[in-house]
Amino acid sequence: MAKLKYYQAFNRALREEMTRDENIILMGEDIGESGGIFAQTRGLHAAFGANRVRDTPIAENGFVSAAVGAAMTGLRPVVEIGFKDFLTCCMDPLVNQAAKLRYMLGGQVTVPLTVYTFGSGGVNAGPQHSQSLGAWFAQVPGLKVVVPSTPRDVLGLFKSAIRDDNPVLCLFAKRLIGSSGEVPEEGEDFTLPIGRAEVRRAGGDITIVGVSTMTRVALAAAESLAEEHGIEAEVIDVMSLSPLDSDTIIASVNRTGRLAIVHEAHAPCGIGAEIIARVSEQAHGVLQAPPLRITPPFAPSPFAPVLEKAYLPDAARIAAEIRALIA
Amino acid sequence: MPKLNEQTALAMHRTMCRIRYFEEAASAKYKDGDLPGFIHLSIGQEACAVGVCATLEVSDYITSTHRGHGHCLAKGGDAKRMMAELFAKEAGYSKGRGGSMHIADVAVGMLGANGIVGQSMPLGVGAALTAQVKETGSVAVAFFGEGASGAGVAHEAMNMASLWRLPLIFFCEANRYAELSPYETHVPLANIADRAPAYDMPGVTIDGGDVVAVYETMTEAVARARAGQGPSLVEAKTYRWHGHYEGDPQVYKPEGETEAEKLRDPIPRFEAVLKESFGVTSAALEVAHAEEKTAINAAVLFAEQAPDPDPSPAGLIANVYAQTGGA
Repeated sequence: MAKLKYYQAFNRALREEMTRDENIILMGEDIGESGGIFAQTRGLHAAFGANRVRDTPIAENGFVSAAVGAAMTGLRPVVEIGFKDFLTCCMDPLVNQAAKLRYMLGGQVTVPLTVYTFGSGGVNAGPQHSQSLGAWFAQVPGLKVVVPSTPRDVLGLFKSAIRDDNPVLCLFAKRLIGSSGEVPEEGEDFTLPIGRAEVRRAGGDITIVGVSTMTRVALAAAESLAEEHGIEAEVIDVMSLSPLDSDTIIASVNRTGRLAIVHEAHAPCGIGAEIIARVSEQAHGVLQAPPLRITPPFAPSPFAPVLEKAYLPDAARIAAEIRALIA
Repeated sequence: MPKLNEQTALAMHRTMCRIRYFEEAASAKYKDGDLPGFIHLSIGQEACAVGVCATLEVSDYITSTHRGHGHCLAKGGDAKRMMAELFAKEAGYSKGRGGSMHIADVAVGMLGANGIVGQSMPLGVGAALTAQVKETGSVAVAFFGEGASGAGVAHEAMNMASLWRLPLIFFCEANRYAELSPYETHVPLANIADRAPAYDMPGVTIDGGDVVAVYETMTEAVARARAGQGPSLVEAKTYRWHGHYEGDPQVYKPEGETEAEKLRDPIPRFEAVLKESFGVTSAALEVAHAEEKTAINAAVLFAEQAPDPDPSPAGLIANVYAQTGGA
């Protein structure tokens, strides 16, 4: 195993895939010579040239739609949207074009498009640079959505996204960019299947499903619950929002009888709501306690560090809510 | 510049007739209640579709608007499969999943009519980007209307195309109405093409009822694009004989306007040229009309007799996702 930071795993995935397939191009704002705002694309422009690594104007609607047109005609574009909030500027190409073209053209085309972005909060970026909007896209047939939380998952899922013949949205987390983790050695062609969740910690008292950053926070909460209260939580990293791996979650809930979901997105109509719905449908009667959604309040993400700290779920809050549920 | 030769001219005349009869048949069948949904017809605009596509190879691309039947036929689409799509049949180009607004024949480079006004332009950017990156020698034409010219994405697309010197022609069919709104209510300039200098590309406004003018202008723009000299903007002033949609009462049109425009019907105008330049006889032209009309009647019969799509659960999710690629 090698050790890489989250953004380095991203860079390695892209480098390996662009080396493997010359139809892959990279497009976005500031991804060229500058190497990206988080150094995530550093070296790619030099390695693959301006033809394949293309800085765009600040025009998300236009360049994502252009990437869709390119994907329909033989390229495999990988497109950066700097911050997740800016996905709102390219809803049409994602939702009306990329997601539907194969279907509405009767299968005449594939749209092998990968759109990635950096989202979530925790870095005091304020209301327009901190959102978690993944669930919106999980409501759209034709799209796939992944939310990797570790360098290994970034490497495996991003590579799979690029190889997928469908449009895939890769939602990375700004807060995790500098985090480190073990990844397979350089030279090993490592991919992870889209649509599969993983159990990150085994436990028999409650299932906690984490989304992206919140998986790590949930793991910290699980350790303190075990140490201080003897409560053993099973923690699942959802990894993909669409397709959603309800089998792994339901199998766990069948063992634990309790369910909590932790995400940075707001609760209404979110992934937590969807997971609870599926558990209700497919494992009705198994729950020994009401399901919990642990999320920020229904308000925009605040700028002030003291406010954002209170806004985002942390390990202490997760542990307290679970302890109250089980007591 | 190569002049229009007789063989090409006769083929173009055939295609204009085919479009006219196709659209008239669609109008009649819609009136009879045989076609579900909405249809947008291009009667009166045949010279645009035909003059453009006659300058293209099968390997070149077009992106189209919600008014795309003529574009599809002119690019080489099969009237039977198109009509079957309008009739919502499995034999249609989109297997009855798209309808009139998503008519496409990707095999001949027609990447689809599109229900979102303006998106044909960046989608065309993408097709041209593929041609540039893969050095295929192909060009793309993005059809749009003057209504789309006010969309932000029109600016984004023209800016990107010029920045990257893409092999692309933006072809504006200025048919006097954006949906129900007359030109002067939403465009402050007399000509859309006057915006071209702002993008550092050639722009020209021509008579869109003169198929020879369209052909000659496009021949030059296509040659420029193929030679790597970048995009052009061509604006063809044309006229939409019918409403925005079939059934539109057209209360916004001045009395007598359509009747006056019909006196400038592009088909007889071209026939006068054919007689004068190539000595084509009235009898020969009548044969062309009769044969095209017969072919459209056959297309209608084919569509009427074709089976419905499969409404089973499997039929409803067909082609939502490609099953290829991935990890």
